[in-house]
Amino acid sequence: MMMINTNTPLALAIGLIFGLSVNVAQAADMEDVMHFGSVTPVEEGLEKYAHGEARSGYTYASPETRTLQDDDFENPGFLWVEKAQEQWSVVDGEAGKSCESCHGDVKSMKGVGTVYPKFDPKVGDLLNLEKRINLCRTEGMQAKAWKWESDELLGMTALVKMQSRGMPVNVAIDGEAKKYFDKGMKFYNTRIGQMDMACKHCHVDQSGNYMRAELLSQGQANGFPTYRLKWQKLGSLHRRFRGCNNNIRADKLANGSPEYMALELYVTWRGNGLPVEAPSVRK
Amino acid sequence: MASEHRPRVKAPKKAAKGDVVTIKTTISHRMESGLRKGKDGKKIPKQIINKFEALFNGKQIMSANMFTSISANPYLDFDMKVEEAGEFEFKWYDDNGEVYSKKSKMKLEG
Repeated sequence: MMMINTNTPLALAIGLIFGLSVNVAQAADMEDVMHFGSVTPVEEGLEKYAHGEARSGYTYASPETRTLQDDDFENPGFLWVEKAQEQWSVVDGEAGKSCESCHGDVKSMKGVGTVYPKFDPKVGDLLNLEKRINLCRTEGMQAKAWKWESDELLGMTALVKMQSRGMPVNVAIDGEAKKYFDKGMKFYNTRIGQMDMACKHCHVDQSGNYMRAELLSQGQANGFPTYRLKWQKLGSLHRRFRGCNNNIRADKLANGSPEYMALELYVTWRGNGLPVEAPSVRK
Repeated sequence: MASEHRPRVKAPKKAAKGDVVTIKTTISHRMESGLRKGKDGKKIPKQIINKFEALFNGKQIMSANMFTSISANPYLDFDMKVEEAGEFEFKWYDDNGEVYSKKSKMKLEG
């Protein structure tokens, strides 16, 4: 398959002239930062899990793991999704409302999962889907916010995001979101921890290579919340961040912390154009 | 928490006589092995699904004994040759004595 390598000026120019992809054009604005390393060719049949230089974690997963994700019954993530589907119409909180009271059928959430994290002018901060759902609970329903990483919040996030399954991720990084994006990009490229490593050392420089028995992926966010076989449950992107930070002997930050929120925006943007896969299955 | 344990079953609603159908089952369960230690340093007591049973019209068609090494949310699938219409019943036996069950009906086709 022919590939476009934006590391060469000629290919970059071709990309710009024909406007082949948004990613290519945006990469030109930030020439000093490399968002993708050497890109592995896409396996036949997996073309829809790649976009430009971005490769979904699906393309790095073993065929067995892919099979688990492909069948909605075998996919264990659906245990949480099904619970959330029931939760959708359960009235909770002082306002006597359920999700359904305002939003109707959960199908109305189609497309929502592709644009978060998103800057919310009313709150004046960046919100991801988890925070948005909890805001609905505390403001709209006057109910208690769900704990981060609780089964309820993971399930509901997966259910909402799942309505956009197959649609391309499309987060905005302009306007108010720009400063969060820059902050996230900086975090991504800054060495931290005892091992003095940045996110990019594994996920840009070495993606597609093995670190001992571990095949390093690009670290894409399009499949989250994901059912990780190691966790034996659904997990959020921030849990993954904490795991990564722990692995490089750095301080783990809190779920939902400003650093991780900014990082989520940058990481999600790297996967703009990839299909939403939630709830995905990974090893 | 009872709602934590949710059975899921995918069995055909209709099948022709002589067909071999695949039945898929799973249940959300922690399958606590009894080997892990909690934050207080004490062992977390073992609690797993120790037995699974599938019945068709009250007759056992498949059963499985499970032990410590089975993963959380155990998934099982198996095939059955269709002879008659009837009702499936699936049962999961928990270490704590609870039995979770789910039923599903199947009609004969043609």
